[in-house]
Amino acid sequence: MSTATGYNFAYLDEQSKRMIRRAILKGVAIPGYQVPFGGREMPLPHGWGTGGMQVTASVIGEADKLKVIDQGADDTTNAVSIRRFFAHTAGVETTEQTAEATLIQTRHRIPERPLKANQILIYQVPIPEPLRFIEPRESETRKMHALSEYGAMQVKLYEDVARFGHIATSYDYPVMVNNRYMMDPSPIPKFDNPKMSMMPALQLFGAGFEKRIYAVPPFTRVESLDFDDHPFEVQSWEEACAICGSDHSFLDEVITDDNGSKMFVCSDTDYCGDRVAQGFVGSAADLPIAEMETEQ
Amino acid sequence: MNTTADLLTPTREWQDIAPLLSVRELNKFYAPGKGCGDISFDLYPGEVLGIVGESGSGKSTLLSALSARLTPDSGNVIYNSEQFGEMDLYACEESLRRVLMRSEWGIVHQHARDGLRMNVSAGANIGERLMAVGERHYGQIRTRAEEWLTAVEIDTSRIDDRPSQFSGGMQQRLQIARNLVTHPKLIFMDEPTGGLDVSVQAKLLDLLRNLVSRLGLSVIIVTHDLAVARLLAHRLMVMRRGEVVETGLTDQVLDDPQHPYTQLLVSSILQN
Ligand SMILES: Nc1ncnc2c1ncn2[C@@H]1O[C@H](COP(=O)(O)OP(=O)(O)OP(=O)(O)O)[C@@H](O)[C@H]1O
Ligand SMILES: [Mg+2]
Ligand SMILES: [Zn+2]
Repeated sequence: MSTATGYNFAYLDEQSKRMIRRAILKGVAIPGYQVPFGGREMPLPHGWGTGGMQVTASVIGEADKLKVIDQGADDTTNAVSIRRFFAHTAGVETTEQTAEATLIQTRHRIPERPLKANQILIYQVPIPEPLRFIEPRESETRKMHALSEYGAMQVKLYEDVARFGHIATSYDYPVMVNNRYMMDPSPIPKFDNPKMSMMPALQLFGAGFEKRIYAVPPFTRVESLDFDDHPFEVQSWEEACAICGSDHSFLDEVITDDNGSKMFVCSDTDYCGDRVAQGFVGSAADLPIAEMETEQ
Repeated sequence: MNTTADLLTPTREWQDIAPLLSVRELNKFYAPGKGCGDISFDLYPGEVLGIVGESGSGKSTLLSALSARLTPDSGNVIYNSEQFGEMDLYACEESLRRVLMRSEWGIVHQHARDGLRMNVSAGANIGERLMAVGERHYGQIRTRAEEWLTAVEIDTSRIDDRPSQFSGGMQQRLQIARNLVTHPKLIFMDEPTGGLDVSVQAKLLDLLRNLVSRLGLSVIIVTHDLAVARLLAHRLMVMRRGEVVETGLTDQVLDDPQHPYTQLLVSSILQN
């Protein structure tokens, strides 16, 4: 199958796609388990989400509608290049609307709008092994997973509480999948961790550099590690989104002028725009920055 | 002459109790004379067995084979586990051996950095085994860590310091605390006082002796220092070129050695 551009559909050759699909199926069968795969080179440097792109290339079909987000936004360089890449090599439709997308490739965020059963969320993962920081040997971390030896990970949380008085880890916050495998959720904020649990959409994770694929099938329990006396908590803000007034989304701090004035706005630009379209307003609705943010 | 057979015959006070560890015809050789062979003995609860012998005689090889870290060429090591009952260490699942190592057993290495996590705090080093066996209450982990620091005579104010900020003697005591926190039954030690200053050694030995008798620990300790053996061990096994040449109660072996090699060993120590 090839397009007018001269590339195979979605760039990857069919044999590589089949190999990656086999890894994905194995991942789905063993939730949270890291499946090694023979990674292929993609025409983007590592760190640009080549792991996520290989997964996307292997599951995308002509009827799919692709959304790509980076830090919650659709308009960053990384998101735009990946979206263009698939528009060009697969000729698929792209969208910025979470509700319309069938495939969402992401870095750093899970959309605020709850995902549905007909959607697939594909994460770009830099470091797939949650135990790496405490155990550099791959042979040993594989054994630790096989035998569910996860006490060492709790040590990391212990050190947080000892040093800061609370669990200070706020991104890349380790989870247990289906009560069996410990998993690195990729550098999403822990704010998004609860969304992973019992999600109706399929979640796929691709690490290009370390050549690992893992998955959380729909409606799978995902639990964040914690202590009985220091339970898991998500980030919260005193403020509401300055643009749409949301008091329940993940907020980014933006500097609004040279004097260092700042405000908080939704990191998920599609979600924020949707709310504005529905008539919600925030405290800064009349400032020029608010218009800028909602224009796209 | 005392022989291996003596160790198979329990002394009176132990004869009604089942052995904790039974070793039968254990062999592990890297090359002829390099390793250990034909080792058989029973270790009873509360007993401290010393393994002595010159450098290269196979002490560490034997200790590794006994503590499930080095698969022997032949022979059996049977451990009477609280959790799993009687286990043939090299016939059972690796996962069970690893559970033993972090619960019922303790392993104290000669070099503290082999037994400690140098990049996390002293409290985390002690707490790790608790967390590994399922403890999830930070406050309780912290309290237990403080208790164990006190037990090994490290000021509790050092709980958040890393072992790299500790002296050699403190690192060794931390390693002991890290092992004892899960109340193991059996401790394996390889030259725990090696490389320490004499006065630091004495303090560590004193501490070990108190802990062992207070907690009723069973210990297998490797040392080439007969003074250490005299102070800690109830019984001795003397090794030479991978073989046990003499065994018996510590005082008997040291005061009235039967084998010419033991006589040499004892006299050379006395001459120093
Ligand atoms: N991994 C190995 N491969 C090959 N030979 C080994 C290995 N480990 C130990 N040996 C050899 O086996 C013999 C016994 O070594 P072992 O370390 O058990 O002696 P030891 O009694 O503990 O000595 P020391 O008092 O110096 O620690 C030595 O000759 C040693 O060189
Ligand atoms: Mg040795
Ligand atoms: Zn908003």
